[in-house]
Amino acid sequence: MKTWFVELVPPGWQWVMETIWAVVIAVIVIAIALLSVAIFNWLERKIAGRTQDRLGPHRVGGRFGWLQSPADGIKLLCKEDLVPTEADPILFRLAPYLGLTAAFTVFFVVPFADGWAAQQVNSAAFMALAILGMDVFGTVLAGLSSGSKYSLLGGMRAAAQMVSYEVPLGMCVVIPVMCFGTMDLNVIGEAQSGWFWHWGIFANPFMFVTFFVFLVCATAGCNRAPFDMAEAESELVAGFMTEYSGFRWAAFFMGEYTSMVVICGLGSILFLGGWNGPIPWTEWVWLSEHVHPALGWIGNCCGAIGFLAKIYILIAIMMWARWSLPRLRVDQVMTMCLKYCFPITAAMFLGAMLWMAAFPG
Amino acid sequence: MAQELKTIELPIHTDEMMINMGPQHPSTHGVLRLVLRTDGEVVVDMDPVMGYLHRCAEKIGETVSPHQFVPYTDRLDYLSAMNMNLGFSLAVEKLCGVEVSERTRHIRVMVCELNRIASHLIAAGCYGLDLGSFTPLMYCIREREKILNLFEAVCGARMTCSYIMPGGIRYGDLPDGWVERCEQFVEEFLAVVPDLHHALTSNEILVRRGANIGVLSPEMAVAYGCTGPVLRGSGVAWDLRRHGEPIYTKMYDDYRFEIAASVGGSYPKDHVYPAIPPHAVLGDSWHRFYVRMIEAFQSALIIQQGLQKYKKSEPVISEPMKIITKIPEGDAYVETEAPKGQMGFYVVGDGTNILKRSRIRSSSFCNLSVFREISKGCMIGDIPSILGSIDIVLGEVDR
Repeated sequence: MKTWFVELVPPGWQWVMETIWAVVIAVIVIAIALLSVAIFNWLERKIAGRTQDRLGPHRVGGRFGWLQSPADGIKLLCKEDLVPTEADPILFRLAPYLGLTAAFTVFFVVPFADGWAAQQVNSAAFMALAILGMDVFGTVLAGLSSGSKYSLLGGMRAAAQMVSYEVPLGMCVVIPVMCFGTMDLNVIGEAQSGWFWHWGIFANPFMFVTFFVFLVCATAGCNRAPFDMAEAESELVAGFMTEYSGFRWAAFFMGEYTSMVVICGLGSILFLGGWNGPIPWTEWVWLSEHVHPALGWIGNCCGAIGFLAKIYILIAIMMWARWSLPRLRVDQVMTMCLKYCFPITAAMFLGAMLWMAAFPG
Repeated sequence: MAQELKTIELPIHTDEMMINMGPQHPSTHGVLRLVLRTDGEVVVDMDPVMGYLHRCAEKIGETVSPHQFVPYTDRLDYLSAMNMNLGFSLAVEKLCGVEVSERTRHIRVMVCELNRIASHLIAAGCYGLDLGSFTPLMYCIREREKILNLFEAVCGARMTCSYIMPGGIRYGDLPDGWVERCEQFVEEFLAVVPDLHHALTSNEILVRRGANIGVLSPEMAVAYGCTGPVLRGSGVAWDLRRHGEPIYTKMYDDYRFEIAASVGGSYPKDHVYPAIPPHAVLGDSWHRFYVRMIEAFQSALIIQQGLQKYKKSEPVISEPMKIITKIPEGDAYVETEAPKGQMGFYVVGDGTNILKRSRIRSSSFCNLSVFREISKGCMIGDIPSILGSIDIVLGEVDR
């Protein structure tokens, strides 16, 4: 489709069409991300409600209270936008968007279905990790620039925690990359097509363990409870975002949810077969590119829905954990990372290597 | 094992930082202000500042009649208004030499124990909340709502009851159907307790956050005048319902219950409570929390006994004293076992219907005084854990 679009104009002008195409894709991807944030905002409240034996939002209107998210958005936009006098005016304003941008940018390399990535990169797994690593800058800058001691402590915690968890998280990504022999997420997704036992998680016992470590590290990497040290409302009021209000606060909120979506998307491509359903039904009903491009497109749509469903399930698990578990203390979080997650992933790495040497192919 | 969990080794010291926690802070349980001196994440020193909720309660007691002062006692420990009413009423009754009828006594025991459960539910839920676990609080609040409904049925108010008055109780006998509703509540509550234990007491993260944190030795607890679950959490089996003044202990004479304290390393064995985790040390946050959970359970059993005794008793209800009742000359001091500790009321009469002196010994105030001592060297994240386990109510601290 892209080729067709680009070739509408003479060769010398194709860069214009390339740019237009990129902008269109960017808008679509950001729209998906923002829509997801709105849905997850509602979902989180509903899951919290049901966990706590209450109904969750239902007074604002809409079926199942779905208008809660728009209402929240309007409320946040109407709020007074405060910048404390003690704060560094430029960094304070910049910080929320750094995290948000990092989270959005990762979307461009995540394939939603076979070949449906905004930008196909042959080192997509590496790039996703690299950009996700930028996430911490927003948090740390917010902590430093707010001119509040709570924010400073929150920023310090975030720096220690998020950077530490990058290491086991990186290891968790390296293991599937090694098993599939590529860093291209699209190729990794294709390699898991067919029945669900072709999924990465069932490739070998080490991958199975790695998935759960990945889930823990992803939760910690996104600063989600029970690892939400940087926020820790009972200790630091709201941690690094204590001084934020209105839209900047909303930007942090969107950044957090977007990075959750992205990291769960990464997890579902690496371990849960990406867009491949548990049973290869699209093959059975000839929804394949080999039969007709249009049928392949419909098959891809189904794949993308399946992919989003996996993301939703993973995020629902993260929300479930958040509303069930107490928060760890800051040293316990670090202990968990350095004493448990990292050695386990290292052992799994070694194990997966030996497994591949023992059972090649 | 226990020692190595306590603090992390920090050979590098950073600049000390003063952090002002409160009076507006999510986990200071009201308007307590804590001035922390921190070295990185470690609290080097801490100073609790109070007085933000001072309402001259004691002085007000010297300007109105005891009858009119009862609503002010509601607002001391507003989470256990019945127990506050009882403490003051007993002090005035002791001064005036008034005895209440058998049935009134059983009603008093029942509502006070109900309020003890309500207070401990809030304490347990907020302890979880302070440690980042929001969900158990909602389950605690749900049970507490049922108790408040029962209170609403007896006196029309849910929190600030003013039900127990000097001389008796208001509004005569219990309303129709109350006994059945109360029986039903106790049954439901006893069924919910295992869930709360599952979500809080034996939750691994919560255990790790509370075990060996803020250890209070029995000697220090006694020296600082700590009472209630804070004292019993340190392994001192002292409960005024058994060890108090005759006017108070005879209320509970014919009731069977165990003092929820670890004596000789073991808690009461009348029921199967969750096992004590290996890292917990006697006197730490976890033990204080555990004592409350056991006490709430014991209170439910006391209510069951009270309902039986109530049914058998003569239907005679003691009426409260009138506003114009003259208080004899002399003084009286009674301490009662409120949910948060020993609540003492000192009253002096001068022959008029208004007290000459009224003074209040607050349990939360004394329990809070030990906070600084036991929180030195802990981490910032442990401050809510220790404060939550001490369980203060600022209305009572500041009076």
